[in-house]
Amino acid sequence: MRPLDPRLLRYARATRTYLILSVVLGVALAALVVAQATLLATGITAVYQHGADVHRIAPTLAWLAAVVTLRAAVAWAQEVTAARASAAVKRQLRSRLLTHVAALGPGAAGGSGTIATLATRGLDALDAYFARYLPQLVLATLVPVIVLARIAPVDLVAAGTIALTLPLIPVFMALVGLHTEAANRRQFRLLARLSHHFLDVVAGLPTLRVFGRAKRQAGIIARISAEQRTTTMRTLRVAFLSSLVLELLATLSVALVAVGIGLRLLDGSLGLATALLVLILAPEAYLPLRQVGANYHASAEGLAAATEVFELLETPARPRGTAPADAPPGAPPGAPVGVASVSAGTVRFEAVAVRHAGRSTASLPPFTATVEPGELVALTGPSGCGKSTALAVLLGFAAPTSGRVTVGGQDLATVDPDAWRQRVAWLPQRPWLSTGTIADNIRLGAPGTTDAAVRAAAEQAGALAFIDALPDGLSTRLGDDGAGLSAGQRQRIALARVFLRDAPLVLLDEPTANLDASTEAGILAAIRAHAAGRTVIMAAHRPSLVALADRVIPVGTAATPGGTTVTSGGTAAIPAGATVILAGAAATSVDAVVVAA
Amino acid sequence: MSGVGAVLRLCRPAAGQLTLAVLAGVGAAGAGVGLMATSAWLISRAAQHPPVLHLMVAIVAVRAFGIGRGVLRYVERLTGHDAAFRVLGALRVRTYRRLERLAPAGLVAFRRGDLVARLVDDVESVLDVIVRALLPITVAAVTGAATVALVGGLLPVAGAALAVAMLVVAVGVPAVQAAAVRRADARLAPLRGALAAGVVDLTQGLPDLIAYGAVSDTLTTLDRTDRQLLTAARRSSAAAGVSAAVTALCTGLSVLAGLAAGAVAVRAGTLPGELLAVVVLTPLAVFETIGAIPAAAQRLAAARAALGRLAEIAAATEPAPDPAVPVALPTGPLTVRLEHVSAGWEPGRPVLHDVTLTLRPGRRVALVGPSGAGKTTVAALLVRWLDPTAGRVTLNDVDVRDLRGDDLRSVVGYLGEDAYLFDSTLEANLRIGRPHATTAQLETALAAARLLDWVRTLPAGLGTPVGEHGVALSGGQRRRLALARALLADFPVLVLDEPTEHLDDDTAAELIRDLLAAAGDRAVLLITHRADVLADVDEVITLTPGDRAAATASVRAG
Repeated sequence: MRPLDPRLLRYARATRTYLILSVVLGVALAALVVAQATLLATGITAVYQHGADVHRIAPTLAWLAAVVTLRAAVAWAQEVTAARASAAVKRQLRSRLLTHVAALGPGAAGGSGTIATLATRGLDALDAYFARYLPQLVLATLVPVIVLARIAPVDLVAAGTIALTLPLIPVFMALVGLHTEAANRRQFRLLARLSHHFLDVVAGLPTLRVFGRAKRQAGIIARISAEQRTTTMRTLRVAFLSSLVLELLATLSVALVAVGIGLRLLDGSLGLATALLVLILAPEAYLPLRQVGANYHASAEGLAAATEVFELLETPARPRGTAPADAPPGAPPGAPVGVASVSAGTVRFEAVAVRHAGRSTASLPPFTATVEPGELVALTGPSGCGKSTALAVLLGFAAPTSGRVTVGGQDLATVDPDAWRQRVAWLPQRPWLSTGTIADNIRLGAPGTTDAAVRAAAEQAGALAFIDALPDGLSTRLGDDGAGLSAGQRQRIALARVFLRDAPLVLLDEPTANLDASTEAGILAAIRAHAAGRTVIMAAHRPSLVALADRVIPVGTAATPGGTTVTSGGTAAIPAGATVILAGAAATSVDAVVVAA
Repeated sequence: MSGVGAVLRLCRPAAGQLTLAVLAGVGAAGAGVGLMATSAWLISRAAQHPPVLHLMVAIVAVRAFGIGRGVLRYVERLTGHDAAFRVLGALRVRTYRRLERLAPAGLVAFRRGDLVARLVDDVESVLDVIVRALLPITVAAVTGAATVALVGGLLPVAGAALAVAMLVVAVGVPAVQAAAVRRADARLAPLRGALAAGVVDLTQGLPDLIAYGAVSDTLTTLDRTDRQLLTAARRSSAAAGVSAAVTALCTGLSVLAGLAAGAVAVRAGTLPGELLAVVVLTPLAVFETIGAIPAAAQRLAAARAALGRLAEIAAATEPAPDPAVPVALPTGPLTVRLEHVSAGWEPGRPVLHDVTLTLRPGRRVALVGPSGAGKTTVAALLVRWLDPTAGRVTLNDVDVRDLRGDDLRSVVGYLGEDAYLFDSTLEANLRIGRPHATTAQLETALAAARLLDWVRTLPAGLGTPVGEHGVALSGGQRRRLALARALLADFPVLVLDEPTEHLDDDTAAELIRDLLAAAGDRAVLLITHRADVLADVDEVITLTPGDRAAATASVRAG
């Protein structure tokens, strides 16, 4: 771990201001430490050796009170600047991270849960870095220098001892650290695995109880915990050596300095005031370094989160097309043309194949198809054959590895994706609902539409009956990702969203999944009606849905042996260890396709 | 603080290690104080130019303290961690035993957010509570008291001043700090919550938001929340520094008081001059230990919620407790009956009302009804996750409340909608159904669930890992693996809750027909919403949500 990642300065400008303030406060603190030591040494010597009474040392006491007050003020300022800097840095990093994640598009940046955690709790760990670690790091470089500058003129021997032992600490710590780092990493992996086992067992408790295996697990948990303790202790015995070295060197050096000045006092080569000054200052020289060591782990977490953010920020976004979406075929970019040319344009898949990096099979084997304007077509095939991937390509979420998609003769890759998506309405396999109201959710693709229009769309999607049965109707606030609604209800709200979008190209991924038979009939009729004057492409599984289409286009059939009912594609050949690659990926519908394909 | 009390009770088996850790910790902190005190005396005494022999003890002591602090601190950390891991293990087992009795019905009231993950984190937090809160606080308290005794013995006034300063840091600062944190949290928590919800919305809904061109609006809203959070954090930051400032002030003032009082005492002859430096400088060293208390107290306060949740789980009532004197499991062909049963998952929210149904050996019964009608509740009653609020559930006319739950579940099996796959191999997941099954038995079960052909194509076969929650399998494969596991266990009574979710239509219908045909003497209750399989069952029971949202059953012979 680098103590200060230069990228932190680059991506979060608030860090610079903070560093400058830290140095200013650090110099002030070091000066106050020296002043306090000098005053104490003077005061004690005056009373002890010169028989001064409390009135004689009153000025010293007054100065001491002032120094103590100032030290408290500096301590306060350090905490306040750290808290403020941390808040500002978090905001800067979060803002950049989220903007970049949005630019990368779905699935490009790992699991959605990972990013959400990183952007909130992960970055919050930076608090400890700014409050505890960074200021101590600044102090660890400033304080020894200033303390030595004060001691050296009066006692060169003590200054020499400190100057020689101080650099030994980081050197030895680094040596021990190098040795323990690998062991530490192994240890943390083990810890993570054991916590994971406990989590897995607790989450699966009902299943274990069904099979009468639950009670036995208590013994297994006890055994694994005991194993965890023994292996962890074995690692800690070595890992704590670095702090042993740190404490030992720091304290022993102070002891050596103390004994040294005592002996030199004895032979008269040193005055009492100087000796006391050195005694008070010597521990102060080592203190910041000891604090850095103590706060190393607390800050490592925050820096690790920041490093993850930097790595994400350095992932380049896919190149985007720039041509306006309504440019006619062959026309120079930017030529003003009506919407109709694309919206009513023929959608053509020309041997489009998608293969994701690191996967042995294609998510979409070469696919050629033409959809004429106004058609309602169904893409069919066993799950995992690439139906959803084909829709993802149309949305610009997946780039063809080979082949191309044209709309109205224009290569989709050259079109500005945002402008193009304004012409598209999409119902994903697992639609997402925001934590806003039901009306907000339906209005997602058509902000500013009237309440009446929202109600009409909801009715069209067969959602109005259950929405009106809710106490707050359309204004009902939804829980996290539509919690509180059944899958079928979520599906119908998402369908209302599609209807209200009023786009010329409609992409539906299994629109009647999760619906019971009577609801399905109504929805099928609504889709049929909505298809009038629009191009509709559906990924379809259910026979009733396939029957609705004007035309059926099989996807990826060549890749699947006929007649088998086993899900085709990549899952049929999971290599051992593939879990890791797949683990975080099932978060969005587009990703889910990638996993299954 | 009941949570801390519970932790202390858990500490009992590790009491030896903990005592050792406290002793070593006090020794380490004491060595730091002793180093300063002895050095101060050594220097003061040396200034009087005595024979060097008179200083030998002090010189040896200073060197010993110099070595002792590092070594003892190492011992403290090792024994402290060892004890904490022991307590953690004990707490894990205790929490698990408790959950084992509660899951799933007894946890419904706790099902807010990600209960399980949070609970596991709560258990792990005990490590932090011991190592970074309880231990440092105890060590600081003991060391502080000893130092006050030392300084007070030399000069009572200085000892009293030191004691007051320590109390302010050890008691006053944590209290002020807790109030400040509460105030800041009241201001920040809603904003943090809003921000977190917004971030989750953005990341989870990214495909939808991009497709609908709503990304920039969402980012703008998020940024507004984040800016409010920054403003609020700025406003709260002033309080953050109070703790550090008061600690610095108390350290300085106790030194100042020591010097002033010492000057008076030396002049008055009540304090030998060579001890003045000891009185003045010792507080400097002890505050390094005392100064750790506010942070430790803050950790303890932060862990309070976690400890409280664990205490809550420990106090939760069991939804279906085992009888004190269980009746032996009936033998022979088994008939399960629901007799005029009413039931619900949470008090005051009835789901079933006066439902009667009978499962006889060899009979296949389908349970249908709209979602929310209570089909899964019927299953929960049959495996006794739940006890009825009225009526009774019987097994060969024995009330199931008189049986041990595990005995009942050895004959009544349940494949739930939420059947769980463990992060292990296909085989390990199967063997939960029957640990000592032969390979032939495993294959028969897989074949019955139509999974065997697929397993044979896998390079690692049954050794293939299924991933966390079975993520490496498709939805259909997960379902069929769970089904194979239920079949492998060979329960005389089997409750199948939507066994064919996530399968395509034709496969699902065929699979159910196979299952029903292969059931033999088993009694099977099939919970389903599929109309196309009802012709293959002996009886269809329809649950209809009735008055007051509680469902009643109607029966039609198949």
